[in-house]
Amino acid sequence: MANPHDHRPGDPHSLHPSDAEERLWHKAAGVPLVDLAQISSHYGATVALENVSLKIWPGQFMALVGPNGGGKTTLLRTILGMVPASSGKVLLRGRPLTRSALDRIGYVPQLETIDWNFPITVEEVISMGFFVKNRWFGGIGEKEKRKLDNVMERLNLGGLGKRHIRELSGGQQQAVFIGRALLGDPELILLDEPASGLDIRSRDDVIHFLHEINHQGVAVVLTAHDLNWVAAHLPWAVCINHRLIAEGRPNEIFNAEVLREAYSGELVVFHQDGMVMIGERPHAPHI
Amino acid sequence: MSIFVPFEYEFFRNGFIAAVVIGALCGFIGVYVVLRRMSYIGHGLSHAIFGGAVLSYVWNVNFFIGGGLWALLSGVLIHWISHRRWVGADAAIGVVTTSSFALGVAIISTHRTFTRNIEAALFGNILGITQRDVWIVVLVSLLVAAALFLIRRPLLFATFDPEVASAYGVSTGKIDLFFIMLLAATVLASTQILGVTLVAAAMVIPPVIARYMTQRFQTLLIVSPLIGAFCGAAGMFLSFSLDISSAATIVLTSAALFGLLELTLIARRKKAAMGDH
Repeated sequence: MANPHDHRPGDPHSLHPSDAEERLWHKAAGVPLVDLAQISSHYGATVALENVSLKIWPGQFMALVGPNGGGKTTLLRTILGMVPASSGKVLLRGRPLTRSALDRIGYVPQLETIDWNFPITVEEVISMGFFVKNRWFGGIGEKEKRKLDNVMERLNLGGLGKRHIRELSGGQQQAVFIGRALLGDPELILLDEPASGLDIRSRDDVIHFLHEINHQGVAVVLTAHDLNWVAAHLPWAVCINHRLIAEGRPNEIFNAEVLREAYSGELVVFHQDGMVMIGERPHAPHI
Repeated sequence: MSIFVPFEYEFFRNGFIAAVVIGALCGFIGVYVVLRRMSYIGHGLSHAIFGGAVLSYVWNVNFFIGGGLWALLSGVLIHWISHRRWVGADAAIGVVTTSSFALGVAIISTHRTFTRNIEAALFGNILGITQRDVWIVVLVSLLVAAALFLIRRPLLFATFDPEVASAYGVSTGKIDLFFIMLLAATVLASTQILGVTLVAAAMVIPPVIARYMTQRFQTLLIVSPLIGAFCGAAGMFLSFSLDISSAATIVLTSAALFGLLELTLIARRKKAAMGDH
């Protein structure tokens, strides 16, 4: 398993070598943002996570990959305190999980869980992000309005505030929920399958937003199914199937052995121009 | 007939104020009821209150106190049962509300002396509203509206995106319970006016009509109570002119408005389709 501390500056396999290096070296010292130590969790008798240990460092950009039901979403929910770990420890900035510590973590759910017929505008959804800092009585004053406009501009949502969320493209819809997470000034954003169900253009928009956010120092952890998308855009990947199978740079850990263990199937892995590509092996020979 | 003629009668003045206030309140809380897909709870709670109303008569307790306690107890029970993992909210409502309604019916069958009062509880008796009742209705409405305003941020978050709301620190369970209690208070205040059988309509139809008019949540919170208040007022006038039950007329007015809107939309769509060809 690769260790982030072993990273070599100037690695030709990195798509964004200088950024990746900067981020990786940032975390060489200090306390991890999130430290999961031998976490296990269960849904009734079903094991969701088994002895998973993982550290998320400030400014890190990481993908969690693995099969459906392999524990990716449970891992995100464990960090958020929504799923209690049956054993092990979750530390945020070196301290036990508390409500106030969670205020610096933004969460973006799967778009499939959203009721798109709900009568709500782009601005109204993003404004929910103020709830983290101003729970009950705060209205939206001049300062908040400026911040809202600023976030919307950053996510290319300027001028769309009064639109209904259904009237946006897939990428813009994802940007709305990223915007909501950003309003709480998080140091870490967790995204559950942000590329799921999006076309290539929208996926490109989303990864562009996430890179920008990450460049401003926010750690980003997302779950994903498309290994090629992860390999092309993310500097770090964690492969889990109830337990942690491998962690490292995608072009190092996406190999036949790791993928066989994670997905219980044969996948074809090949390298081209410094990129790793994963393909499915057909069950029957072509006629 | 001048529209001021009915106001010469005190029973109409009292009934009119109560119908407008309750129409607005039901329209307001109804926005959340519809968006949280809790229409069945509104319907169920009103039936549950029937049991409390009957017991209040039997034990000679003030309806608002007896029925109120019963409504709160039913709301808490529904909330508690529906949060058991193996029981759905619809089944929980079914169990609690039908049992409570059945209790009311069982007691009636043994005490046949208060049939008139029970009819009022079932179908409403807006023309029997006293000035004291009006004050109670206004007070309950103000309290419920103020409470809804106070919890508007977590309530909207928990209504739109409950999973993320809890990740952001919204106590969704407590918000749900508090909302059911506010709903119970609304149903209680509305029962004397609309009757247990028609309360749910006042909470569901105005927000549904308002949904046709706006895509903005904040606007919905303004439009829906206005529609509720309008239907209350128009229903009272029609009831006076046509000599039909007030509660039924109020609900039929809102249903007619809904039908009219739907027909207008169908006609507009047809016209647009013809224009395309």
